[in-house]
Amino acid sequence: MAQLPFIAAIDAGIHQEMRRDPSVLYFGQNLATTENHPFVAAYGHERVRVTPISETAEIGIAIGAAMAGLRPVVELYMAEFMLVAMDQVLNEAPRFRYMSGGQVKVPLVLKAGFGFAAGWAGQHTGSLTALFMGVPGLKVVVPSTAADAKGLMATAIRDDNPVVFLHHYLLTLEHGEVPDGEHLVPFGKAEIRRAGGDVTIVATGWMVPRSLAAAEKLAAEGIQAEVIDPRTVAPLDLATILKSVAKTGRLVLVDQAPRHATVAGIIAGDVAEHGFSSLKAPIIQVTARDATVPYSEPLEAYVIPDEERIIAAVRAVLKAGR
Amino acid sequence: MSVQPPNAERQIWIFTHMLRVREFEERVKRTFTEHPGVIRGHTHLADGAEASIVGTLSHFRAGDAALATYRCHGYPLVLGSDPKAMMAEIYGRADGLCKGLGGSMHLTDVKRGFLGTSGIVGAGIPHAAGAAWAAQIRGKGEVVFCFFGDGASKQGAFHETLNIASLWKLPVIFVMENNGYNVVTTTAQEDANAANGEPLAIKAKAYAMPGVTVDGADPLAVHATVGAAVERARAGGGPTLVESKVYRLSAHGNIIAPPGVPLHYPEHEAITVFGKREEYEAALRGDPVPRFRATLVKSGVLSGAKADELAAQVAKEMDTAVSFAVKSPFPKLESALDNVYA
Repeated sequence: MAQLPFIAAIDAGIHQEMRRDPSVLYFGQNLATTENHPFVAAYGHERVRVTPISETAEIGIAIGAAMAGLRPVVELYMAEFMLVAMDQVLNEAPRFRYMSGGQVKVPLVLKAGFGFAAGWAGQHTGSLTALFMGVPGLKVVVPSTAADAKGLMATAIRDDNPVVFLHHYLLTLEHGEVPDGEHLVPFGKAEIRRAGGDVTIVATGWMVPRSLAAAEKLAAEGIQAEVIDPRTVAPLDLATILKSVAKTGRLVLVDQAPRHATVAGIIAGDVAEHGFSSLKAPIIQVTARDATVPYSEPLEAYVIPDEERIIAAVRAVLKAGR
Repeated sequence: MSVQPPNAERQIWIFTHMLRVREFEERVKRTFTEHPGVIRGHTHLADGAEASIVGTLSHFRAGDAALATYRCHGYPLVLGSDPKAMMAEIYGRADGLCKGLGGSMHLTDVKRGFLGTSGIVGAGIPHAAGAAWAAQIRGKGEVVFCFFGDGASKQGAFHETLNIASLWKLPVIFVMENNGYNVVTTTAQEDANAANGEPLAIKAKAYAMPGVTVDGADPLAVHATVGAAVERARAGGGPTLVESKVYRLSAHGNIIAPPGVPLHYPEHEAITVFGKREEYEAALRGDPVPRFRATLVKSGVLSGAKADELAAQVAKEMDTAVSFAVKSPFPKLESALDNVYA
């Protein structure tokens, strides 16, 4: 085990796979511009390349390389930059295996940061996770710890499907224990970050530490929250969430996206359909307020869910129902 | 570098495949009247582009790859795909090349190097560059053939990809089949180069790669032009943009209509939209298939009788494809959930 910042853990996952598999490529804008770049030094320009600012071509090239047998990882930096190339992400990469009747595989990773609520204003702060999760053929990964960042990246690279790997920018420098050597985290397996019997909280990305902090404050009042981090939202480990709800009967979903663009809404629908008999109170969703993320600091904080809103939601869900 | 012209045997091979593409497309078109309702959605035919398709793919070797657009019936026929499986795919049947999951716009035959077809204009161009990166890494002189239309050259994907392909010297041949129409819009209405009397191949200059224009109705001219581009790519010289001028002899596609309205192929847009019947009739007089037949008969490569014999064989092959496909069962319902993920 080593203490590593989240961002270094992602790199460790990419290195782990590039060392063992010569078919893994890594490319994107503003990387590999000198021979000293650690990935260039280790694997050479054949596999590690800088690209122009051409997201459609970058992602499209990854698709073609993947269909031809390689495993590209595209460094996109910010999830919004995928919006420039949305056809490639949503309507090319996940379609080819299906449309070819299973003849091709499209193993690629689209690595992008998201949710940079640190004064980046309206166009670099979005939480677009839900946009990707409903597309058949696409997998969507949202690590919240350094260890998962490494293990999920490695699993994403080995996966034979296109994977959108979304890492939260505000976790970039968070340190955590990261296993040395080969480390893989399975897809579709949620992690219970904190056990509790009174209420279930489900959160991803930066909302996980916020929910854990809220849970600690609630514990001081004698309220025990169970905090679940799905880690991958496609595939989604609904079973772990339903099991927890069966125990607690109360569910709070925390999501950094605006009200009608959340993963939370999709989980709420599934729990309402499959776990209704367990619920003792209506599900509460804590989401961003319906606005573009503002620049000014107090306004930004007002729009995005914080500990206080999570705590208020837990109190409300405990008061409601039977 | 000069490309050896195809010998007599190879010229007959080219002619035979041109016939096969034409006869296949004729049967797709006829299906709308002979088997109404069997073909759904939108189909796009390659008639008129046979010389360009076959002349280009006459350079295809094992290990190479080809990628194309929704107008994709011609290429796999030349690469060796089974027309029975292709027609079954177009009919949405279990024996289809893609198990009925793709249809007319998405024919794929990976075993024969036909890697994929995107139905979104221009979107497949970077895929070809990605496959070319893989070929470059393999280092065996393999190349990728990237087919698209003139309309795609106004997409960002085209420009972004040509820039990177040239920068990285990727072994790819960009074959732009310029048929003069972007659906129902003439090239001069939507292309600044065309509007100013320039060939579309001039776009290559912006990306420091060769750009050449060729008569896409002449398979020997296409063979020579593409051959030079292929030699360059195999030798590590990088990509070439080939503008192959063709005239599509059918409309852009069958009519677009909701279920219940029988689908059919309307007349070409030159007639239906622009009222230029003479333009279309001139194109028919230049039809590449009879034109190449006449060339071969004149040069003594092929006798008229032998040409007729080939045509009869091909007609039979494609009739068989129709009768096979129309009898093929629909796929099992649960198969709709197969192949979503690998």
